[in-house]
Amino acid sequence: MNIPAELRYSKSHEWARLDGDVVTIGITDHAQDALGSIVYVELPGVGDEVEAEAECCVVESTKAASDVYAPIDGEVVEANEKLEDEPELVNSDSYGDGWFIKIRPSDPAAFEGLMDAETYKAFLQES
Amino acid sequence: MSHEELKQVPLERRHVEHGAKLVPFAGFSMPIQYVGVKEEHLAVRNGVGLFDVSHMGEIEVRGDDAIDVVNRIVTNDVTSLVDGQALYTVMCHEDGGIVDDLLVYRLARDHVFLCVNAANRDKDFAHITKFATGASTIEDTGDSWAQLALQGPKAVAMLQEMVDAPVEKIGYFHSAFYDVAGVRCLVSRTGYTGEDGFELYIPVDGAEAVFDALVAHGEAHGLVLCGLGCRDTLRLEAKLHLYGQDMSDSTNPFEAGLSWTVKLQKGDFVGRDALVAAKEAGVTRRLRGLIVQDRGVIRQGCEIYAGDKLVGEVTSGSFSYMLDKSVGMGYIDVEHANDDSVTIAVRKRRLAADVTRKAFYKNT
Repeated sequence: MNIPAELRYSKSHEWARLDGDVVTIGITDHAQDALGSIVYVELPGVGDEVEAEAECCVVESTKAASDVYAPIDGEVVEANEKLEDEPELVNSDSYGDGWFIKIRPSDPAAFEGLMDAETYKAFLQES
Repeated sequence: MSHEELKQVPLERRHVEHGAKLVPFAGFSMPIQYVGVKEEHLAVRNGVGLFDVSHMGEIEVRGDDAIDVVNRIVTNDVTSLVDGQALYTVMCHEDGGIVDDLLVYRLARDHVFLCVNAANRDKDFAHITKFATGASTIEDTGDSWAQLALQGPKAVAMLQEMVDAPVEKIGYFHSAFYDVAGVRCLVSRTGYTGEDGFELYIPVDGAEAVFDALVAHGEAHGLVLCGLGCRDTLRLEAKLHLYGQDMSDSTNPFEAGLSWTVKLQKGDFVGRDALVAAKEAGVTRRLRGLIVQDRGVIRQGCEIYAGDKLVGEVTSGSFSYMLDKSVGMGYIDVEHANDDSVTIAVRKRRLAADVTRKAFYKNT
C-alpha cells in the first residue's frame, strides 16, 4: 500500500498536503482500492466552507456512494475539475492528478494535528 | 454475521489463491471481485469471464408426476418443455406476490431440476413442499452442486475445445450432461449477463477439477475470473431482474414486467386466482428502465419524480460501462410509467433520466 511520507492522513482515509497556505485533499491509495472503480466524484464549489470530519465530497464507485470528509476546517479555493470527465484518476493516481479539493485552512496549525505517514500506516495495520 | 457462520463455497480455496476479495453474500463467503469490477465487466462483454455461482440453490423433483407437481407451483408452463430444456419463471404466493424467480429444467419426464436464488433457498423449499401435491420426492440438493458460469462472446468456442461433444449445438435455454475435465456436468446454455455462454452444474467433488481446467484452458482465450460485483453490473446492463430488489414478496409479476412468464390458461397453480384478479384490476405501477443523462449514479432507494411529484423509487441502480452512464430500474406509478423522462433524487441533486422498456445493452 502506497503511503507517501510527506503527506498527512485522517482516520477516514483522506490525505492532506500543505503548500504555502493551501492544503490539498484527496483520498488514500487504501481508500481508492477499497472503493473499486470510481465513476463519479461530487465536489463542493469554490468558496464553500468545509468542516473537519464533516462530509465535503461524495465519491461514487460501481459498488456504492461514499462520503469524503474534510480533514480540517477551511474554505475551498479550488476543486479538481478534471475529475468531472476522468473520475478514474482517483484510482490511477490517488495522490497526484486524482486530488479532490484545495482549501485555505481556518487554522493553519490544524494540519499538524493530522496523522503522519508512520502513524497512518500503523492505523491501517490495526484496523 | 461472523465468518464462522458463513458457508464456504466448494471453491473458496481457489478464490483465495487467485486473489479474490471475499464478502458475505446470502450466507456464503463469495468473491466480489478479483482484478476489478470494470476489467471483469469488459472481459465478459468482449471476451470470456468465469464466475463461481455455487451459492445458487438447487431443488430436485423426482417422480412420475414431477412435471405436473412443478407446473402447479410455478407461473410459466412447464408441460411444454422437452428433455434438457430450461424455462425462466417465477413462483407466487397465494396472494400473487413473487416468492422467487427461478430456472426450471426438465431433465427427464420424471426429473425436474430447479435453480433458485441463494437467499431464498430455504423459503423456496418450504413453499414448494407446502404446496406440492402428488407422489414425487422434493429434495434440496444445493449442497451437492457447485455452479460455474462461463460467459462472453468467446465462451462457446472455448468450452467446445474442452469437451468431446457438441456443446456449441446446445440451443439457447437448453442443456445436456457432458464430461468437462472428466467430470459429468449439466451444461446449460443460459446466463445472467446478457452474453452468450454456459452455466455448468458440477457435482461438488469435481468442482476444483473443472475450475482448474477452465482456468488453464482459458489462458489462451484471455479468460478473466469474475466476481459478484460485475455480475450485478452486467445483469443490470442487460436489464435482468434481481429478486429482493426489482421484485419481492409484495410485487406481482405484471407490475414487474414479467407477464410473459404467467400462463393463466395452463390450469391451476399457486397464486392463480390472485393473479387473475390482479390482471383484471390492472397494475398501479410498472418496473421501468432508467438511463441517467446527468453525471452521477442512481442507487436502490432513490426517489423518482415527474416534475415535483413523487412517482416512484429506484430498485436497482449502478453504472453502465457500455453506455458510460448510470442506469437502473425502478417502479413508476402507472400514470407516469410511459413518460419519456423523469428526474431522480440523488442526495441534494435531481438527475434527469430517460425511461425505457428495453435492455440498456444488447450483444449483437
